[in-house]
Amino acid sequence: MKTTSQVDSVPNAAQPVIEARALNLVFGSGATSVQALKDINLTIDKGDFVSFIGPSGCGKTTFLRCIAALETPTGGSLTVNGMTPEEARKQRAYGYVFQAAGLYPWRTISKNIKLPLEIMGYSKAEQDRRVAEVLELVELSGFGGKFPWQLSGGMQQRASIARALAFDADLLLMDEPFGALDEIVRDHLNEQLLKLWARTNKTIGFVTHSIPEAVYLSTKIVVMSPRPGRIHEIIDSPLPKERPLDIRDSAEFIEIAHRVREGLRAGHGHD
Amino acid sequence: MKTVFSVLTVVAGIVVIWYLACVPMNIKGVLDQAQRAGEKVVPDTANARRDAAALGLVAKNTFAINRVWSVDRPRLPAPHQVVTELWQTTVMKKVTSKRSLIYHAHVTLSATLLGFALGTGLGILLSVGIVHSRVMDMSVMPWAIVSQTIPIIALAPMIIVVLYSIGVQGLLPKAIIAAYLSFFPVVVGMVKGLRSPDQMQLDLMRTYGASGGQLFWKLRLPSSMPYLFASLKIGIAASLVGAIVGELPTGAVAGLGARLLAGSYYGQTVQIWSALFAAAILAGLLVALLGLVERTLLGRMGVKS
Repeated sequence: MKTTSQVDSVPNAAQPVIEARALNLVFGSGATSVQALKDINLTIDKGDFVSFIGPSGCGKTTFLRCIAALETPTGGSLTVNGMTPEEARKQRAYGYVFQAAGLYPWRTISKNIKLPLEIMGYSKAEQDRRVAEVLELVELSGFGGKFPWQLSGGMQQRASIARALAFDADLLLMDEPFGALDEIVRDHLNEQLLKLWARTNKTIGFVTHSIPEAVYLSTKIVVMSPRPGRIHEIIDSPLPKERPLDIRDSAEFIEIAHRVREGLRAGHGHD
Repeated sequence: MKTVFSVLTVVAGIVVIWYLACVPMNIKGVLDQAQRAGEKVVPDTANARRDAAALGLVAKNTFAINRVWSVDRPRLPAPHQVVTELWQTTVMKKVTSKRSLIYHAHVTLSATLLGFALGTGLGILLSVGIVHSRVMDMSVMPWAIVSQTIPIIALAPMIIVVLYSIGVQGLLPKAIIAAYLSFFPVVVGMVKGLRSPDQMQLDLMRTYGASGGQLFWKLRLPSSMPYLFASLKIGIAASLVGAIVGELPTGAVAGLGARLLAGSYYGQTVQIWSALFAAAILAGLLVALLGLVERTLLGRMGVKS
């Protein structure tokens, strides 16, 4: 097994997609202040699939929100494609998938996917082309004319992923996207997500509560611990990029899962 | 089918209670008339009867009971008298006639609709301001609430007098009173509706770098539609009340309010009641019409109904 490290896994000249140095975030001030993130150092390279795992309050979602410029760090530095998160947003650097699909009930699936495209000012023809493309990518072709309530929870979440993919962001940020779905649907979506990742070569930041999900999907697993939220350990996965579902029964997989579990337990012991 | 039956049962119950109520309400008038016609009545003076309990009079003069439903100027007209009056002043009269209820309803309806349009427009504008500006939220909302605590019946004459003094009369003063009543539910409903998108939906729009305008048109406004229609239904009924109240202090010659007023001057209770029913039916139709628009629009927006 490789040992954990906080050193860039690929020390080449390519610019990292995300680089956090001594990142801190404190909510509130005075006696009631909460340190949500403490001294986060992390580098994510192009094409990485990085999972953030940890108990509630460990700051995994907060860190993702910092990358998306939905929260503002109070210390340290954070760059996305070498820019500030705000600038990166203006460059349409990332798509964000929330825990709930959050589709607008008054728009059809196609119109929901068009929402970011309309806002970003794509032409009508380009909108139609992209919608067809991403619907195919998440295997929802033929459902474009349906309203969200006519789809199952898993299909709605796929539609929300399609919406995040529609405008060609190289970075996909996913905050427990499958947390509300049942195990079977979740397995299926995990498999689909890996295929999509292989096809599109995107960089993915993925928050989860589930150890098997994190190990199955990731090239890099960031184990976090709470109060204050910090990185406990970064585990580089030796699993090949091609991952059938039954890889989860292999000795290697179980070994990594074990390490993640140990890391979570040790991290929890701090408080 | 079951619903129709339930509704009819309630209506039948109301009608029965109404007919029964006519007995004690009208018995004194009937007995006065009977005495003038030379019939024997107990007790036999109007003064004695005035102090007697209505139900006691009914018990002592059972012969008069069947007359209480056909009095000329009853205290409480019987349902069939009101229906007859409604029929004669709508279907049987030319709509241009000054005695046609349709003519009067039309006059009131014009003021109602103009007032409703003004009130809804003002309400939406205020709610947009309140949602987007904290200063407006703090400064406008209290006044909107205070405005609704003043009885409109006290305010209406002042509005009409002030507008008359600057040369505005006719439809507009009534419409302004109607607008005064109808803007408030729209403000309250739309503020709630425009604020109804949750944090996640707002965050999503932020990740797209949406402008304030885009946030409003693509998220806030569509989210507020169900709230808007709930408010509009209250607003249009309030508008009608406002238009009628606006007709009272001027001694207007046309409109449902004028009919009410004329009816009370001349003790024409049947006319009052039929004007009341005309107003109620009108309000019901307007609310039903809004319901239809709501279903069509929200249906097209994909909202499950």
